Amino acid sequence: MTAATALLLDVRDLSVTFTRRDRRDVHAVDGVSFDVRPGETVGLVGESGSGKSVTALAVMGLLPDRGVRVDGQVHFDDDDLLTLPRDRMRDIRGRDIAMVFQDPMSSLNPVVPIGVQVTEVLVRHRDMHGEAARKEAAELLRRVGIPDPVRRLKDYPHQLSGGMRQRALISMALACRPRLLIADEPTTALDVTIQAQILELLKELVSDSGTALVLITHDLGVVAGLCDTVHVMYSGRVVESAPRRVLFADPRHPYTGGLLGSVPRLDSPRGEPLRPIPGSPTDTLPWADACAFAPRCAHRIGACSGRAPPLEVTGDRSLRCVNPLAEGEASPNPAVAPPASVAPELEEEPT
Amino acid sequence: MTAGAGATTGDAPLLAVHDLEVHFPITSGIILERQVGAVRAVDGVDLAVPGGATVGLVGESGCGKSTLGRAVLRLVEPTAGRVVFDGTDLQDLGPEEMRRIRRRMQMVFQDPMSSLDPRQNISSILTEPLRVHGIAGDRSARVKELLDVVGLPASAASRYPHEFSGGQRQRIGIARAIALEPELIIADEPVSALDVSIQAQVVNLLEELQDRLGLTYLVIAHDLAVVRHISDVVAVMYLGTIVERASSEDLYEQPYHPYTIALMSAVPIPDPVVEDTRERLLLAGDVPSPADPPSGCRFHTRCPFRQPTRCDDERPALREVVSGHAVACHWAEAIRAGRISPSASAFDPNAEARRSTPS
Repeated sequence: MTAATALLLDVRDLSVTFTRRDRRDVHAVDGVSFDVRPGETVGLVGESGSGKSVTALAVMGLLPDRGVRVDGQVHFDDDDLLTLPRDRMRDIRGRDIAMVFQDPMSSLNPVVPIGVQVTEVLVRHRDMHGEAARKEAAELLRRVGIPDPVRRLKDYPHQLSGGMRQRALISMALACRPRLLIADEPTTALDVTIQAQILELLKELVSDSGTALVLITHDLGVVAGLCDTVHVMYSGRVVESAPRRVLFADPRHPYTGGLLGSVPRLDSPRGEPLRPIPGSPTDTLPWADACAFAPRCAHRIGACSGRAPPLEVTGDRSLRCVNPLAEGEASPNPAVAPPASVAPELEEEPT
Repeated sequence: MTAGAGATTGDAPLLAVHDLEVHFPITSGIILERQVGAVRAVDGVDLAVPGGATVGLVGESGCGKSTLGRAVLRLVEPTAGRVVFDGTDLQDLGPEEMRRIRRRMQMVFQDPMSSLDPRQNISSILTEPLRVHGIAGDRSARVKELLDVVGLPASAASRYPHEFSGGQRQRIGIARAIALEPELIIADEPVSALDVSIQAQVVNLLEELQDRLGLTYLVIAHDLAVVRHISDVVAVMYLGTIVERASSEDLYEQPYHPYTIALMSAVPIPDPVVEDTRERLLLAGDVPSPADPPSGCRFHTRCPFRQPTRCDDERPALREVVSGHAVACHWAEAIRAGRISPSASAFDPNAEARRSTPS
């Protein structure tokens, strides 16, 4: 590990708790730590409910004040974003840290032309006005590969295709040359050929401008091609982190191994059965006194319950598991047949 | 693979679709509505599904794959063409006969929450098909049996859809589809609404049921990796037509059509070693509107291999290039043999868009 001064973003023990009157608290994010270096691409991977999006919203300061408790530290430069006054945060957000959301249609204002929405960022953060702002907006659209940008400035979001809308959003996010871009499932709503275009674009922008990227996704394939470091999240905690080549070649956490075993690969020999993880992401135990993944884990032992497994760091891998997979155990092509698919058990309490 | 109870005689497939067209009219005017155009959702599709096999239909949004699936069951009326199920031309059937034959062909939908009635309990959902088709017998025993087959406990019968997770709901949707012991199941995006770890459970369940019950599947999905995994034969659709059809192995080993090549190169593979060395064939731009499809080859506006002749004005027919492998491309063999290379911009469509900008 290099000195902490080299870090661009340093998230320490971030917890987000949703409190509801007369109901139990929901720990959406439960002590997440990770860091991002300038120019680095970091992936947060997890299924629904793993807390990956809430982590991003907490970093951006976009969670509502009421009913939400955010603990921990989010250091960006020398500031702790969680304690920063609102107006300072507004200056940083959009200028130094920008975000791209999953659904480009609902993140754009449907009744305002694209051009006005792009110039808004320039007016707010770069003090540009009138013709200069319009020219710069067209230039931004051109940079993200939107053909005929001058004409497109007058278009409304519904006149653009899904891929073009996502490009427009990315252009807005990049308008101030942020040092950190957080992309939350940026290609999930898009078709696969358009996804390839957008990922290529992100890759290019990151390498051209030196912007650091935090990519949040459920798709291991997307992460495999793009991220330097990958953090796998489950039920609000990071269960395994490693450089992507280490993580994919030799996953140690049973959940990471399980995820890799349950996606069909386009290039794997056909006829090989998938090895699903039994149960569903809602069958969790509270982290406080067990491993949340234990109910679904084939590697479960007695020590998995009773106390929360600590996050242990060995080399460039962090692992939260008391009985991890052995080296090579989760190889993509297992020699032994997996157990027959296990029927998920019904939760006792209706949700 | 063994054929199901409704095994057809000889080589005739269980389901055959001939030159099927589904056009949705675009109308103009409020009182005097007149048709000003048509969305050609499905535009001349031939497809055969042999008994006991799984045929996958893959394509991006708007390519007409779901409409094709619905047209087979006549949930939307085809504009032209024929659908032959086990020797019966469905177009000739009246409403009552159609209703009866639907017992043998069932559908599994994408979103299990919106395809299950929230106010019916599971027992009621699973016995409804039996009631509709007037099937006698011990219904509660049948419900128990169905739940067991899809891997849910018998206690689920008295519960309601909202009490289940997404994967469990999809199991209920599958149980409902097999309640009538159909021969053909059309599964429209059966796993795309589910979490990754749950997708594999449902895929395995579908495969298990096929072996056990001798089902025939038409699986419609956008995820090429899932479709390839589950299907014997894969048909790739683009703008209402099938551009390539081959066995799953052949399609991956040697794709002929430029669209298939691009589609496969766009699918991310969860392996950094593969991802770093892969050469991507990226497509420029978006899919054109099916209301105004390009002339000639539908794909020529985005095709990196587009040639000055034929592509723009002559619509390629789906022809067999090798046995069992059909392609709708004039230049399929030349592209496959490497005699035509893709235009340089195919490797960086962003760059092309930037260059073409008037400043």
